[in-house]
Amino acid sequence: MNIISLVNIKKRFDKRWVSKGVNLDIPAHQMTAIVGGSGEGKSVLLKLIIGLLKPTSGQVLIDGVDIATLTEAELDEHYKKFGYVFQSAALLDSLTVFENIGITLLEQGMSRRQVLPILKEKLALVNLKEECLKKYPAELSGGMRKRVGLARTLVTNPEIILYDEPTTGLDPITTRVIHNLMHSMQQRLKPTALVVSHDVEIFNYADNVALLQDGKIRFFGNAKAIWQSENPYIYQFIRGLPDGPIETDPGIIEPSGTRVIPSRFWKRSFTKKNRTEL
Amino acid sequence: MVLNELLAPLAFSFGYAALNLCRTVGCFSLFIAQTIRVAIVQRPHVNKLLAQLNAIGVNSFSVIFLTGLFTGMVFALQSYIGFQRVGGTQYIGSVVALGVTRELGPVLTGLMVAGRAGSAITAELGFMRITEQIDALVTLCINPLQYLVVPRVIAGTLALPCLALFSMAFGVMGGYFMCVHILGLSPEDYVSSIRSFVQLGDILSGICKACVFGFIITTVASYKGYHAHGGARGVGIATTQSVVLSSVSILVIDCLLTRVLGGL
Repeated sequence: MNIISLVNIKKRFDKRWVSKGVNLDIPAHQMTAIVGGSGEGKSVLLKLIIGLLKPTSGQVLIDGVDIATLTEAELDEHYKKFGYVFQSAALLDSLTVFENIGITLLEQGMSRRQVLPILKEKLALVNLKEECLKKYPAELSGGMRKRVGLARTLVTNPEIILYDEPTTGLDPITTRVIHNLMHSMQQRLKPTALVVSHDVEIFNYADNVALLQDGKIRFFGNAKAIWQSENPYIYQFIRGLPDGPIETDPGIIEPSGTRVIPSRFWKRSFTKKNRTEL
Repeated sequence: MVLNELLAPLAFSFGYAALNLCRTVGCFSLFIAQTIRVAIVQRPHVNKLLAQLNAIGVNSFSVIFLTGLFTGMVFALQSYIGFQRVGGTQYIGSVVALGVTRELGPVLTGLMVAGRAGSAITAELGFMRITEQIDALVTLCINPLQYLVVPRVIAGTLALPCLALFSMAFGVMGGYFMCVHILGLSPEDYVSSIRSFVQLGDILSGICKACVFGFIITTVASYKGYHAHGGARGVGIATTQSVVLSSVSILVIDCLLTRVLGGL
């Protein structure tokens, strides 16, 4: 059963079309990864789904209901279904970790004493110690901030969790920790999860994968079988190949006809031998 | 034909600027309307209101003290130079008090708070906008207007009249110090002149102006911060625009209010 459906979504910023007709059905209670190059509009898709952005045309259907038709009160109910883990964690700087994680409950009128046990439970889910509750976001490491952001999302027990590049900027070990965390939560709580990521390791944890390229979904299928995929877009993207249907920086064509991608070119060009030729 | 080619880009630029102005005014009006609606419909956060009263009001006190005191002193000195020529130095007290209560107190308080607290509000909200903290509030079912904007606007509207009152008092005291202790005038003349000519309406007029200025400063600052974009540079631009727009608005609206409140 599909819980989220994107129907011919188009989104334009000024004169630039970011989404050029995205059609995508997200199955319920599964983890779906959206991958694609930088600037392809992956985060924009998440913001369109949650309603932070409005599509230029097309429909976002949640449980079959077009969110563009919702009233303000209905939209509030809509937000209650969602949890959103921001790329930067988006913790409120002026609040402690306790206040950040429990902000929704505190705003609903619950006392700090009532909120504490719920927060402890969520902290355990994201492997954080109670001592960090008194700290401010500026005192936390990048990985801890992401985990606090995740705990804040879990407080409301959302049906749908949207992860916007949850491991960007983290070292490989912390990346693995965050991925394991997302996976274990997926197994335990069974939410519908939608993960935007650049990291191919996400294929080991996701159930489905969608490849976004040139403003459209080029591939949607099983994440486990992705490495065997013959799809030329997938083949090129997951192996990071410069040649293929996905257009990359043209780089330099050597006399032999071989294309050199920029990073390799610069590495070569700045050796002592080649410096005079530049 | 040549004239058309020259005029077309000019007309286009003018039209574009006019449309932009209409859009900005419309957005700002909607922002104010939504803020007022949220302030009425939803219960304001008392803790946040107190924190903002502290940030806007208490923390601006030292600036207001210095501004009020020295404005009163300079005003008295300048008045003394003028009145000495026509032989009316016994009226300096009333001139200083009237000027400070009706005009200089609220206006200078407004300009000082726009520079100190208004810029801080824009920078803080702008930073929250570009780091997605405001988006995070929306996704957590928390109305950012109620959580961030309403406490600031209420605090500004309440704090400014209090600060203006202090500014008026310090201005009159500064004038007294200058006249009595430096220029050697009679303290009785200074005080009796104030008693004779200054009425409660003059003070009320100043307080009304300060209320309006407080509302303008905080709504402009919040609006600019709330809609900031373009990274750190964008926040810097928004902060500058906020201070300039608040300051100019204070001066323009002061002119209108002086006319309207002239009867008080």
